[in-house]
Amino acid sequence: MSDTATANPDEVVTHARVRRIELPDGAGTLAMITIDNDRDHTRPTTFGPAGLAALDAAIDEVSAMTDISAVAVTGKPFIFAVGADLSAIGLVDQRDVILEFGQRGHAVFRRLGELAVPSFAFVNGAAMGGGTEIALHCSYRTMSTAAAAMSLPEVFLGLIPGWGGAWLLPNLIGPAAALEVIVANALQQNKQLKPKDALRLGVVDVVLDSADFLEQSLRWAAGVLNGTVIVKRPEIDRENWDAIVDIATTMLDEKVHRATPAPYRALDLVRAARTCSRTEGFAAEDEALADLVMGEDLRASLYAFDLVQKRAKRPMGAPDKSLARPVRKVGVVGAGLMASQLALLFAKRLQVPVVMTDLDQERVEKGLAYIHGQIAADRDKGRLTADRANRLTALVSGSTDSTVFADADFVIEAVFEDLAVKRTVFTQLEAVVSAECILATNTSSLSVTAMAEGLAHPERVVGFHFFNPVAVMPLLEIARAEQTDDATLATAFVVGKQLKKSCVLVKDAPAFVVNRLLTRYLNEIVAAVDEGTPIDVADRASNALGLPMSPFQLLALVGPGVALHVSETMHDAFPDRYAVSDNMRRMVEAGITSVWIPGDGGTPILDPRVNEVLVQGDSPSDEEQLVQRISLALADEARRMLDEGVVAEAQDIDLCMILGAGWPFWLGGLTPYLDRTGAAEMSGGRRFLPRGVASLPG
Amino acid sequence: MSRTVQDVVFVDGVRTPFGKAGSALAETRADDLVVKVFREILRRNPNLPAERIDDVAVAATTQVGDQGMTLGRTASLLAGLPFTVPGYAIDRMCAGAMTAVTTLSSGIMAGAYDIALAGGVESMSRHPMGDGMDPNPRFLSERLVDTDALVMGATAENLHDRYPQLTKDRADAFAHASQMKTAKAYAEGWIQPDLVPIATRSQELGWGMLSQDESMRPETTLAGLAGLKTPFRAHGRVTAGNSSGLNDGATAALLASEAMADDLGLTKKMRMVGFAFAGVEPEFMGVGPVPSTEKALSRAGLSIDDIGLFEVNEAFAVQVLALLDHFGIPDDDPRVNPMGGAIAVGHPLASSGIRLMTYLAKDFERHPEVRYGITTMCIGLGMGGTVIWENLQTTGSRA
Repeated sequence: MSDTATANPDEVVTHARVRRIELPDGAGTLAMITIDNDRDHTRPTTFGPAGLAALDAAIDEVSAMTDISAVAVTGKPFIFAVGADLSAIGLVDQRDVILEFGQRGHAVFRRLGELAVPSFAFVNGAAMGGGTEIALHCSYRTMSTAAAAMSLPEVFLGLIPGWGGAWLLPNLIGPAAALEVIVANALQQNKQLKPKDALRLGVVDVVLDSADFLEQSLRWAAGVLNGTVIVKRPEIDRENWDAIVDIATTMLDEKVHRATPAPYRALDLVRAARTCSRTEGFAAEDEALADLVMGEDLRASLYAFDLVQKRAKRPMGAPDKSLARPVRKVGVVGAGLMASQLALLFAKRLQVPVVMTDLDQERVEKGLAYIHGQIAADRDKGRLTADRANRLTALVSGSTDSTVFADADFVIEAVFEDLAVKRTVFTQLEAVVSAECILATNTSSLSVTAMAEGLAHPERVVGFHFFNPVAVMPLLEIARAEQTDDATLATAFVVGKQLKKSCVLVKDAPAFVVNRLLTRYLNEIVAAVDEGTPIDVADRASNALGLPMSPFQLLALVGPGVALHVSETMHDAFPDRYAVSDNMRRMVEAGITSVWIPGDGGTPILDPRVNEVLVQGDSPSDEEQLVQRISLALADEARRMLDEGVVAEAQDIDLCMILGAGWPFWLGGLTPYLDRTGAAEMSGGRRFLPRGVASLPG
Repeated sequence: MSRTVQDVVFVDGVRTPFGKAGSALAETRADDLVVKVFREILRRNPNLPAERIDDVAVAATTQVGDQGMTLGRTASLLAGLPFTVPGYAIDRMCAGAMTAVTTLSSGIMAGAYDIALAGGVESMSRHPMGDGMDPNPRFLSERLVDTDALVMGATAENLHDRYPQLTKDRADAFAHASQMKTAKAYAEGWIQPDLVPIATRSQELGWGMLSQDESMRPETTLAGLAGLKTPFRAHGRVTAGNSSGLNDGATAALLASEAMADDLGLTKKMRMVGFAFAGVEPEFMGVGPVPSTEKALSRAGLSIDDIGLFEVNEAFAVQVLALLDHFGIPDDDPRVNPMGGAIAVGHPLASSGIRLMTYLAKDFERHPEVRYGITTMCIGLGMGGTVIWENLQTTGSRA
């Protein structure tokens, strides 16, 4: 291949070193190939052009050994291999180049399965993508109990397993299990296989204890060669192969609505793997890989992946953590569901006393009962030991008397979303707490600055906005109010990190980032319905983007009452862009919590009460018009947010949408999609990101 | 309450192949070496429920880093033994593993334990001899010991001075024989069954496997030995060829009360008859086995004539010869180190005591007619240790 085309001067080259090992029990000599990029485990082993060449040379070397009985591949400590060097793929701008890179990988890896002697993969550590594929090319696989993870994450990134995985895996473990690994796990936040899962699915032949993994792998290999170890493989359902792929396609449509190509290309490859030859299968992978790499979805995905891997861990604009004050006790004002979830999270992650207050003992008891119930459930499921459950239970207490906050270092309020109520809470707190105690608010749309007004120490007030469900959603918007000082902000970021959340610094602006954009988006949908668009048509508008839920599913999750309340707040702030829908108000008044209710056989049907309250105009939109409309509205809102300095850069908006709203990688969160479709330029006259950042270059 | 002294049996012993310092095992942690021999002991003795182990003692000379942190406990946890099994670390320099065995055996004899796991390890790659040592200045200022006391090679030269009949030629001949006996034992396959091959990490070379001792020199000739340098003294007698080397390795042994071994159906290779440790002038540490053996024999009510097999650690050839001369045993007596010794296979300090026992158990298997054997070794700062064992691998019914 024209190595110059994909040559990456920054490639961390993986070496493949060969040593001869005498196997026990007279099983002959094994040629061991160690793949190692000579860095520690924090820089996992990957393959670029030079790494592939090194592995190829090692295979040349073992192929020339006429006196060996087996070949094995293993990795450096903690890492087997994690696949292609993605930094190189992001640089590729010609289809031919990536086609050749895929072919090259196939040409090298497949040799491991076509040697004159059996080959073994000793999966000592993490194996992902091409790393997993190296193992799949081998005749046999052992896996260490300590191997952190195994996966084929390509579809998660907008690719397909392109170095043999899409053909080899279904032919090894059958189409159902293969699709679980290649598609379902990849699309479920890149879920990894633990060793026991890999064994259950048949991806590996045996799992061996980490303490003497290589020694026992060699002994096992000797047993295979001597015939004393019989390797059992899953029986493959070739009869129902197509039907299984059909079912998977239907499930995928429900989730992705054909919004992005990669998972569908993966399905095609798995479908074809039933009958096509190895060579044909690999060639089809090459073509699919080249198509996808030259597609915008992959570029956006790589950008999104980089955001969650890097930017999410090093928040832009966070003050130096040395300014942070220690948090040794936490207070939560309120004992409702949100407050209780917060209290539990703080106790679990910070492991400091957490005290909740509410107006009456009954509410306090209810909140505590919820928390203690959650802890007990975790204990009963084996997620917590009894000792740890005891410790957590003892950390959380409740009271109706706010003097319990006197020695707290951080108090967060989660009371009713009303400025006056929250102001009163903060004023009362100030009478009790120290002058340095952080006062945080979990408000989703109110002004933090306004909340701090009139306090003796407004500089200790900060917005700390979680997403529901608090325990699951990874985003935390940290809002700096006008007077918030660096120590307070630094403390908020340190606490956020301790809570294992990805923090994004936002300006104190109405609804911050995620809710402002989601509300604008819902606003357009609801307006279209008001104008006469049928609800089912409006609700399909998100399909083209492949959003995790439809607009009216989202509305049901948020709750129409809350959504209405937020739209009122947003209308007050931006009356020209945010409307309050009378239809919405009537639905709330009618007690409708979701427009969709379960019908016969579980298919959702429209709640008949909706038609009773719905008053529609006579200018309906079609789906295409709606997609255009929401794109332009989101482009407009995002541009305004950047102009207002709500966040530092478009990247922060995208990170928020990925982590706070679950918007997909293939949209790059949001702005790469708006750039790609032209909505950004149509709405604001310019792109959010330069070409090549989250899109194809040029 | 009435007490019954329990008999202690040696159930099984294994070791890693011994690496040359700075070579095959240089990138392998000492605690990992112990873990691998422990796991092999458990695999080889499936009748032993791991939770029945009453205590674990592991010896190392330089107890820092991967040889620190109470090795008996850490290695047990790392090997996957139940957390209910306790452990501790032990140190008597070269006789560490020997002392782990005698100390645990004392507990078994006293009825405190029924099953015990002993081990020893030394990574001289990672912990060169004397590393981090901080001898009390009084040793020298008050001449409590000779300056030679801390230099083992110098103490060996001192033995040649004290016993002029122990010539360099005799030492070289003994060393040569050690290499030849080892090569023969390997060729006949006596040593390999008790070795635990170790996957060797080498960043430079990739993963390899150490399946046999790395220091062996079967090609050694007497002429070659005669020409080696004498690093401890100009025109001296002690050379790299008639000494053990600097090595990495670990050993483990499973001990049990005889009654428990019978209950569980464990193998019984040999029975402990008795043991003794004794001190000598530190600068003549190599002669330590003489008083320790005398003492052990005397306490056991045996004489040297009752001993049919000897496993003597070959820290230095001269030190073995000093013991043999004392008891009037010829240098080439076939009862002595029949499979060779540390001069050929190496001496990773604190691990070697159990290697001697594992060898003796094999010697007993090959010589069912022999009833008693000893394992003995010299120890830094002027000590010797001796354990007397009774063969249980006999054809007759001696037990």
